[in-house]
Amino acid sequence: MGRYLIRRTLFMILVLFIVSLITFIIFVKLPASDPARRAAGKQTTPENIAAARHAFGLDKPLYVQYGRFAKGLIPWPGLFLNEDVYYSYTNFVPVKDEIFSRLPVTIALAVGAAATWVLMGIPIGIISAIKRGSFVDRASMVFALIGVSAPVFWLAYLFLYIFWFKLGWAPPSGIPIGESVIEAVLQGRFILPWLALSLTFAAFYARMVRGNLIETMHEDYIRTARAKGLSEKRVIYKHGLRAALTPVVTMFGLDLATLLGGAFITETVFNLPGVGQYGVHAILTNDFPSVMGVTLFGAFFIALANLLVDIAYAFLDPRVRYT
Amino acid sequence: MTDPLIEVKNLTVHFPTDDGIVKAVDGVSFSLMPGETLGVVGESGSGKSVSFLTVMGLITRDQAQIEGQIIFQGQDLLTLPADEMRTVRGEKISMIFQDPMTSLHPYYKVGLQIAEAVRTHQKVSKQEAHEQAVEMLRRVGIPRPDERADQYPHEFSGGMRQRAMIAMALSLNPDLLIADEPTTALDVTVQAQILDLLDRLKQEFNASIVIVTHDLGVVAEHCDHIQVMYAGKIVEAGDRRDIYYNAHMPYTWGLLSSIPRLEEETTKERLNPIRGLPPSLIFVPPGCAFHPRCPYVFDKCKTDVPELLPSDGHHASRCHLSLADKERIFHEEVMART
Repeated sequence: MGRYLIRRTLFMILVLFIVSLITFIIFVKLPASDPARRAAGKQTTPENIAAARHAFGLDKPLYVQYGRFAKGLIPWPGLFLNEDVYYSYTNFVPVKDEIFSRLPVTIALAVGAAATWVLMGIPIGIISAIKRGSFVDRASMVFALIGVSAPVFWLAYLFLYIFWFKLGWAPPSGIPIGESVIEAVLQGRFILPWLALSLTFAAFYARMVRGNLIETMHEDYIRTARAKGLSEKRVIYKHGLRAALTPVVTMFGLDLATLLGGAFITETVFNLPGVGQYGVHAILTNDFPSVMGVTLFGAFFIALANLLVDIAYAFLDPRVRYT
Repeated sequence: MTDPLIEVKNLTVHFPTDDGIVKAVDGVSFSLMPGETLGVVGESGSGKSVSFLTVMGLITRDQAQIEGQIIFQGQDLLTLPADEMRTVRGEKISMIFQDPMTSLHPYYKVGLQIAEAVRTHQKVSKQEAHEQAVEMLRRVGIPRPDERADQYPHEFSGGMRQRAMIAMALSLNPDLLIADEPTTALDVTVQAQILDLLDRLKQEFNASIVIVTHDLGVVAEHCDHIQVMYAGKIVEAGDRRDIYYNAHMPYTWGLLSSIPRLEEETTKERLNPIRGLPPSLIFVPPGCAFHPRCPYVFDKCKTDVPELLPSDGHHASRCHLSLADKERIFHEEVMART
């Protein structure tokens, strides 16, 4: 297990380097505008621009530039997203500070949405599988089809239009300045974002749980459980679900991690000042260190979640052992 | 004369499908006395497994059209409500299955799975159930049963898993054990061990056993009675000696001829398979269902369904050939081949 962890950690760092390299190449090859020129202001001299370019390190050879960013990848305090390189070209605030100040919003959004889709998707999937072919099953699968087909930006605006603008049941988008994330959650400002973000996932999970459970219920060991004289409830919930939900745990870990890296669309539509919204803003202003920071932050979460999920799997499935 | 432990009367199990009605079991009757072993032999799709899954209540009226009676200890199992059937299942009648690799739950420890069967039917503590599970594992010949009980199925070999399945099936001391192809998935050496184990446990637990198999060779020494099934019907039934030394049905002859013999290695003779394929259970051939594959077919076979007629008190077959012809062909052709 120890060697496995070391190997996986090294592999994780390699993944982060590859992600960063690709991000860097995109930045170099697709320069939207010169950051030094923008930083130097409208009325400026070539000397000022050169000074800004030097300050950003953009006058150095490309491999040196990349090397400076790459050093910030090492997941170690003081090195990871270090402030010498990772600061915004627009307002000079360290990327790390920006990300961490926005993280509570993203966490509130992601965790709330995750809880919502688990509480919706898994029970719907179970009921559909048990009552396969029934009206409930058909209705659930129609819901699932709509859910997986409806894009989140459309759902988000639709929900805002209906539940805030027309019905006035939900508060409008955004978090007022000065209001903490916890206050915003308590005031229900996250309800519509949670619903909009979780619906696709809920639909997807319902389908997956239904499919897995139906498949599991045809396994030989389910027949054995029935042959023992267990009640149908126990057969389904103890024997069927145990096997059917294990792959769902994997999916869940990865999906949650992806959202923790920033729910770009949902945060933008609902005007939630989270990591995703910061990322979108950074891309629009060609603020490379911020883009790199947000990308790596998200990639780090996903890589870490992959590792955690694989470790969790060894506990969930006794047949899996890592060496 | 004691009453039979189980008496199945005219059981039919038909599955409605989009293509038509699958007549998996079509009018099967038999009985089994306490302490006896019955071998049920037939190819895949002959209805043998479905018959006994129905006896177990694992095929229900939700899934199939079931007619007939299954009288077990004086009760018709087909009329029992689901929850009462559940107390019969596992406690009075238990079952082991073909593939021990997939029949145990991969995520639960073996001992726990056996203890679960115990606790379902008896009010005992977890600790007591666990001790019973360990004791059962010991009785089916698993070494170091206390350690083995804490292992997962994937840590067991195929033979050991089938022993664990037997331990689970016998943990409540059932009156009837149904073994559905118990040795098919196992190595030949392990097959013999498992069958010997079943023989020994039958004595110890005083249970009746049904062995469902496609291999006449397997049941040879282990069964008191044998019934041969084809296309959902019993085509020949008799004592062990009747089937092996005086079989009356061309299908049984085919099965006997297709048992591999060691001598064949030296004589370079090839195996004698039964020609053709088992019939579709939706469009069962008219007349005798076996007639398209039967080397002794004549006109009557193609139109008239033969009855299961007894030739003496314990031997019956479903074939239009005359008794004299049956005995002549069996002794001149089949015995010579086997």
